[in-house]
Amino acid sequence: MTRVAVLKGGRSLERQVSLRSGARVEDALGRLGHEVEAIDVGLDLIARLRELRPDVAFIAMHGRDGEDGTIQELLEILGIPYTGSGVLACIRAMDKVLAKHLMVEADIPTPDFYAFNETAFRELGAAEALGAIEDRLDFPIVVKPSSQGSALGIKFARSPADVPAALVAAFSYDSKVLLERHVEGRDLAVSILDDQPLPVVEAVPQDDEFYDFQARYEIGRTSFTCPADLPGGLAGRAQELALATYRLLGCSAFARVDLMLDADGELTVLEANPIPGLTETSLLPQAAEAAGIGFDELVGRIVESALEAAPAG
Amino acid sequence: MAVTARPEVISLAGGLPDTSTFPPDTFAAIAQRIAAESCAKALQYGPTEGLPETKGCIAQVMAAEGMHADPEDTIVTTGGQQVIDLVTKTLIDPGDIVIAEGPTYPGAVPVFCAYQADVVQIEMDAEGMRVDLLEETLDRLEREGRRPKFIYTVPSFQNPAGVTLSLPRRRRLVEVAHERELLVLEDNPYGLLRYEGEPPPPLYALDGGVYVMYLGTFSKVLSPGIRLGWVVAPPPVLEKINLGKQGADLCTSTLSQLMVQAWFEQARWQDYVDSLTELYRARRDTMLDALAEHFPPQAEWTRPAGGLFIWATLPDFIDTTDLLARALRDNVAFVPGAAAFLDGRGRSAMRLNFSGSNEESIREGIRRIGEVVTEQVELYGTLTGKQPARRAEPVPEPGGAEVVPMPTRSRRERRAR
Repeated sequence: MTRVAVLKGGRSLERQVSLRSGARVEDALGRLGHEVEAIDVGLDLIARLRELRPDVAFIAMHGRDGEDGTIQELLEILGIPYTGSGVLACIRAMDKVLAKHLMVEADIPTPDFYAFNETAFRELGAAEALGAIEDRLDFPIVVKPSSQGSALGIKFARSPADVPAALVAAFSYDSKVLLERHVEGRDLAVSILDDQPLPVVEAVPQDDEFYDFQARYEIGRTSFTCPADLPGGLAGRAQELALATYRLLGCSAFARVDLMLDADGELTVLEANPIPGLTETSLLPQAAEAAGIGFDELVGRIVESALEAAPAG
Repeated sequence: MAVTARPEVISLAGGLPDTSTFPPDTFAAIAQRIAAESCAKALQYGPTEGLPETKGCIAQVMAAEGMHADPEDTIVTTGGQQVIDLVTKTLIDPGDIVIAEGPTYPGAVPVFCAYQADVVQIEMDAEGMRVDLLEETLDRLEREGRRPKFIYTVPSFQNPAGVTLSLPRRRRLVEVAHERELLVLEDNPYGLLRYEGEPPPPLYALDGGVYVMYLGTFSKVLSPGIRLGWVVAPPPVLEKINLGKQGADLCTSTLSQLMVQAWFEQARWQDYVDSLTELYRARRDTMLDALAEHFPPQAEWTRPAGGLFIWATLPDFIDTTDLLARALRDNVAFVPGAAAFLDGRGRSAMRLNFSGSNEESIREGIRRIGEVVTEQVELYGTLTGKQPARRAEPVPEPGGAEVVPMPTRSRRERRAR
């Protein structure tokens, strides 16, 4: 029997999602016969972990702290093995701007973009350059915070007049934002488990114009197809790109890569999520299910790979 | 626990009365008395419509606002919220129309959605719901062959807007209900929490209980924790509400009902309401002062004469759902205005609660929100190369208006686009 500390909650805006992911993971671990301790991450985190001395920590946290390398760094210091990607991969993946620069360098297609810090606008007059950016990206432009998950803070600017308010909104979440070319097309996601791509999931929002925070977590707001119905070769190509992105960023054990498929059949990678959601409506569990891997098995494999990766003794 | 409920966060988001003011000795005496005199009864089921003793207390509270209801027409409920649920359950089939104020009580939104009501929201100004626009809307719906099932309104110190329906509009609303034979659900949780001015009569008093259904609650005059509210409605509706309540929870907590009864016998309940009124008036004034000091000139807000809430409207380019994410980094929370609309409006507004925090927290909370709003106003100015225009100064109403006007229609439409 393995003693597993499930880390969930925390201060992130995706706290509620994390609590739901965590609760499902706890149930699965219990069914698998592990000793489970849940920790709602807060000021007493280190004390709790020192007291529990778990064999492994299951990080069921999304967004700030859980997905950006912070928790991983603390667990490294304490010498506790943990699930998912390491510190560096989390830092790379959570920072969309850094991830996209790496993709460009590695020839992984990603929508054109420009990124700025708030200080560039406040102190370097970057607003003067907005016109040039708008010319190069064409409207609509997607404006998003560099490091926020679950589509929070993402705005569509349909004309130059919309750009300043969209930037103000994105800067509510992060001091770094990106302006990205909008890809009209289908929302795809490829989850990776143990270095193997799972079947492609397509998210089809039922009423809203894009897959926003609510649509993501309310049952019935979005319909999913898995495996996605894609013309010849495209599913394989999407899986290749996802795996290449996963490797590029240095992810391990599992991750989810989000892509867009445009009308010309071109695939682009939007981002990688080192700790994708594990809720009832989340995509990784659906993809695993389609590959014949039930939720309990998925959780079990994630825990095993964390224990295998840990140094012996 | 939500992110906004973390202990380090100053939350101006809740709608909480301050229950710390209730004397523990009184509570102990009430509990002692129930244990001694009616232990078995307190632990037993009760009638679905509520205990006669509770209805006696309800009669006292309603009389304090000039209303007299037949106990036979009253059902005691598990909080006022259950009334919204039961009335909606009783009257609404999917697709039926409910008329509500815009903004409306955020807690009613999920109820209306759950029963798949088509909610039509009527704009408000300093004098509450624009009854002229209501009539226009009713005419339009009639032309479309659609008839609303009921009008939901919080006429006094509205949640979230803080404004109060003026007497002429109250009269007209009741006339409209009679002319068109339309039911109105008057939700009046805050009527007795008045900090200045004379109270206009409730719709129920003007109508005499013909078309107006009345929702009352002990949550704001005693305690929300006891979950005790009531509904007064015409017999045909009341029968269905009774059936709905049997299905929902059989009866309202007997223990809670006996506690209210004991309290009403033991103490002057009005004295406690008076003490709350003193407390909340000071907190409202503190919040209004802090808003004037810390919010940028581009913002405007209502000045409620009672109740628990202030509604602040920011420049169009600020989305308060996103602003909340920024504010939470500074450990302060409010309710984004979009929660009070079903049609995407309210994105630049916020609801601020002043009853649930002490004056120091209110000052500090408003200071922090003011800081992030100012930061965003400045950033927008930097991005556009110009400072956004100030909002127009409110025009004082003759006779001394008690509120700043709500945002105008044209401004709303601009934002909704």
